[in-house]
Amino acid sequence: MNRSFNLFAGIIGSFALSCYALVLLPKQQLGGLQPQTVEDEGKITEIYPINNVAVEKGRAVYASEGCFYCHTQQVRDEQNGTDLERGWGVRRTVARDYIFDTTPFLGSNRVGPDLANVGSTKWRNEPVDENSKYKPAKRDAAWQLLHLYAPRTVIKSSNMPPYRYLFENKKISGQRSVDALALTGSDAPEPGYEVVPKPAAKALVAYLLSLDKSHPLKEVKGSAPEVAAK
Amino acid sequence: MTAAALAPTPTAASAPEAPSAAQVQAAERAAIDASASGPVLFFFSNAILWLLLATVLGFITSIQLHHPGFLANFSIVSLLPFTEGSLLADLRLTYGRALPAYTNALGYGWATLSGMGVAIWLLARLCRVRIKVPGVLITGAIFWQVGLTVGILQILGGKTTGVEGLEIPGSAAVLMLFGYLLVGLWGALIFGYRRQAPAYISVWYLLAALFWFPWTFGLAHLAVALPVQGVVQSLIAAWAAQNFLNVFITAIGLAAAYYLIPKVIGRPIHSYHLASTGFGAFILFSGLTGAVRLSGGPLPAWLITLSIAATILLLVQLATVSTNLLLTMRGQHHMVYHSPTVRFTIFGVISFTIASVVGLLSSLRSVDRLLHFTFFQSAQTHLLLYAFFSMVMFGAIYYILPRLLGCEWLSSSLISWHFLASAYGGGVLVVGLALSGIAGGAALANPESIFSQVIEDSSRYYVASTLAWGMIGIGHVIFALHFLLMLFRIGQPGGEPTLFAPIGEEKH
Repeated sequence: MNRSFNLFAGIIGSFALSCYALVLLPKQQLGGLQPQTVEDEGKITEIYPINNVAVEKGRAVYASEGCFYCHTQQVRDEQNGTDLERGWGVRRTVARDYIFDTTPFLGSNRVGPDLANVGSTKWRNEPVDENSKYKPAKRDAAWQLLHLYAPRTVIKSSNMPPYRYLFENKKISGQRSVDALALTGSDAPEPGYEVVPKPAAKALVAYLLSLDKSHPLKEVKGSAPEVAAK
Repeated sequence: MTAAALAPTPTAASAPEAPSAAQVQAAERAAIDASASGPVLFFFSNAILWLLLATVLGFITSIQLHHPGFLANFSIVSLLPFTEGSLLADLRLTYGRALPAYTNALGYGWATLSGMGVAIWLLARLCRVRIKVPGVLITGAIFWQVGLTVGILQILGGKTTGVEGLEIPGSAAVLMLFGYLLVGLWGALIFGYRRQAPAYISVWYLLAALFWFPWTFGLAHLAVALPVQGVVQSLIAAWAAQNFLNVFITAIGLAAAYYLIPKVIGRPIHSYHLASTGFGAFILFSGLTGAVRLSGGPLPAWLITLSIAATILLLVQLATVSTNLLLTMRGQHHMVYHSPTVRFTIFGVISFTIASVVGLLSSLRSVDRLLHFTFFQSAQTHLLLYAFFSMVMFGAIYYILPRLLGCEWLSSSLISWHFLASAYGGGVLVVGLALSGIAGGAALANPESIFSQVIEDSSRYYVASTLAWGMIGIGHVIFALHFLLMLFRIGQPGGEPTLFAPIGEEKH
């Protein structure tokens, strides 16, 4: 039975090693990460945006719709890609950026752009044009809603599915709704009707606009505010 | 102990000089096969239904890559109006839901069920144990599939956990785990009652697979349920996905290859020493490779480095397994022409070799930074899961079924068509995804190219995957029909295997 013993010891031991090295040890190292605070003249400020109910709901919609199969939420450093040059963030993301996420949507494929900082006003999706000045992409709530409903009206080459079922086609009663989409051409609803976002779409957009990891962190070099503002 | 004594006994037909012993052995094998046939047929037929579902979903997602609006607004209510207001009404087939449904149907439906069917049959044969109370295995498979069905409906209904690779919510995953444990327990009992000692190399791989899977699956789902917060969650998901694919699935595929090739060509494996060295390297290093999936990500550098090192050290296993199996074939290459089982299995072994080399190269930081967030990852997954594992499973089913049903496959041309469709379809799928990954990765790495360019460059090859799924689909339909005919005992009379060409007739 010596041979069988060796076999079992090998199988169980190797699993224990795998579990220790890739689960327990990292958990020990990263599990205790605390949010970083900025101390300025004795006044301590939390640098994390406080999530509200809409953001939490939107987060759930992001998961339900599987957005993370095509969009990452992680910015790599200069050595590992062009993420920073493209304007997806002002610094690389680190473990501390995700401590409040029960399911961090790191993602594994970039069929679409990275969204780690899409809520930041500095977010771009293109490298800076040498001739023109720094020009952030306009990603406000109206843009995001229109893009969810009919991606190709705003990004011509987009591969994103239109999420029509997050919206409803409603008969205009009296005044047009404030959040009705400004649709033209073939996407426009028939006269007398308007397309308005359902609560899920609004929550998703609230979540997207909350995504911003621009704040500086001690462990990331080059993330000091003055560098970030360049 | 010589290699010959450890190898599976060659088929009765090749040892006519000892009729009495051979007859006893043949009778024993027949009794074992009879005891295993119920559960194994149940596993295989259910696995094939999942394969067909996965094929449909794979085809849909491949179309959505180039036509994102395809079925994007699908609602089951339009097909089945009576579902309005029910839970089913929320089912959607947008890419973000169809894709995880596809991967779960393929991985936990087809691959796991076919793999467990092959594992149970191999264990019974190699340990020379008749299966008692086969109802436990069938109950296990039912629990597994009820959980999986609920889980996939929840994914399509938007009730996923949001963790890639562990999308199925905890309640459904518990059913699956329970079902798996019944099967795994029976596998362990078969080994416990073995009458053949010491164990053949395939048994080692099977025991490793049976042990690693429930622990990984259970711990990973526990981490989602707790929940573990932050990037550790992502790391555990990557670890679980890697263990599923590179330990569980790979081990069953290799166990089958180590059994089928020597068995069909009637010669023991080339070297037992190579085989055990390979197993040692496999079991030690493959469980440490998980973090390459998060290379470049927000994790400590030592983790990524550890996984890259483990991936490189797996070269030991690759070298031993590939040389061993291919050297076993030495002088018998004509069997690829004759035997369906050998043709599928050797295709799988070659795919495994390619997958391992590509996996090693793409884990290197300089390559990974180009290909990491592209469809190249998907190409690698399909190379391992389809071109290696599924092809070996097809080969195993072509070998096992006649032994369970006492009748041979009806038509060698149907098998041949299935092989061509799966081999070319799988090849086109993998190459198309890889090219898309390389093109997209190159564009992404060039800071001058705008993101629309990245989309355009990677989209160029998407249509290849739709074409590939078309071919694969044809192959799977042929295979499923042929399997169905076998279940109704419509085939050639038992005894002589259905070969592509009679042995002795060389292809020129």
